[in-house]
Amino acid sequence: MIGELWNLYMIFFRIGLFSIGGGYVMLPMLRREMVENRDWLTDEELVDYYAIGQATPGIIAINTATFVGYKRRGVLGALACTAGMVSPSLIIITAIAVFFTQFQNNPVVQKAFQGIRVAVSVVLSFTVASLMKKTVRGFMGIIIAAGAFLGVAVFEFSPIPILLCAAVIGIIVGRIMKGEVK
Amino acid sequence: MSLFAIFAAFFKIGLFTIGGGLAAIPLLRAELVEGGWVSKAEFIDMLAVSQSTPGPIGINMATYAGFKAASFPGSLCATAGMVAPSLIIIIIIAHFMHRFSDHPVVRSVLEGVRPAAIGLIAAAAWFVLTNSVFLMENFPAAEWYDFRAVGLFIVLALVYWRTRAYPVYYIIAGGLIGIFLF
Repeated sequence: MIGELWNLYMIFFRIGLFSIGGGYVMLPMLRREMVENRDWLTDEELVDYYAIGQATPGIIAINTATFVGYKRRGVLGALACTAGMVSPSLIIITAIAVFFTQFQNNPVVQKAFQGIRVAVSVVLSFTVASLMKKTVRGFMGIIIAAGAFLGVAVFEFSPIPILLCAAVIGIIVGRIMKGEVK
Repeated sequence: MSLFAIFAAFFKIGLFTIGGGLAAIPLLRAELVEGGWVSKAEFIDMLAVSQSTPGPIGINMATYAGFKAASFPGSLCATAGMVAPSLIIIIIIAHFMHRFSDHPVVRSVLEGVRPAAIGLIAAAAWFVLTNSVFLMENFPAAEWYDFRAVGLFIVLALVYWRTRAYPVYYIIAGGLIGIFLF
């Protein structure tokens, strides 16, 4: 039990350490660790957790970490994953606050971040493609996914109403399908 | 400021942050700047540091502000406050989801929400892409793409496609190449 909790803590420590520039950066690493390397989650579960994490209070990365931890080892697992996720922030930010208050103005740091953003867009694009293959099914799925993308990327809606609309569409489509089966 | 007051302030921010770390920024500004914790200039510096260091932005901000208010115990209390609402709410949801995941309404809600979540993730990928490789706000002027970034993107994408190495390696490589390339 302690071994497994330590394991969860270390996995999320690693994910936290390399989630640079926003919570969505964790997704490629989370998918690799949880879905591909360990079979702890399916792609569907990962997307469900992400969707719920987005629609509920709190930071998405923390919500997702809590979800995964709870699924593996209950409340203690949730605590271990969340502690792992925040530990790199605590260490690094404290060090910066003490020693390098001008950190972000350093030209080398800025250039490194330009490169990191390109790398993040590569791994994130591949992750989106893999997740799409597994979870976007049928005509309705494509319409909802495209609508959500355009809603946020082009029309700058908040994600919450988009997820609520999608839930309502899901219920309606579910009803219709049930009717057809009868 | 007492440690409990720090915890309570960030608990409130965590509770009202819905839909991603960036949603926390206006709440943080209201609490920290208008509440007199930090000056406006300090807040902007904190934001820049939080965006360019590992970890979720909201957690980095909390750690930084807590440190400014009450040194290391302050950063621990601020971060604990920020994640506490996530832990409580997500554990409750995960507990019940486990029990109701086969309920037909829950299933049809998730059928609708999954493709929408993919759309949201794709929008996040698009956002990173248009801030690193393509600068859409310059379109259609000549500077709408950075040819060095496009080159780096293509090289990293080819390597990723062929090897599928751990995402962290790309982030490290992107940072190192970025220092010399940009």
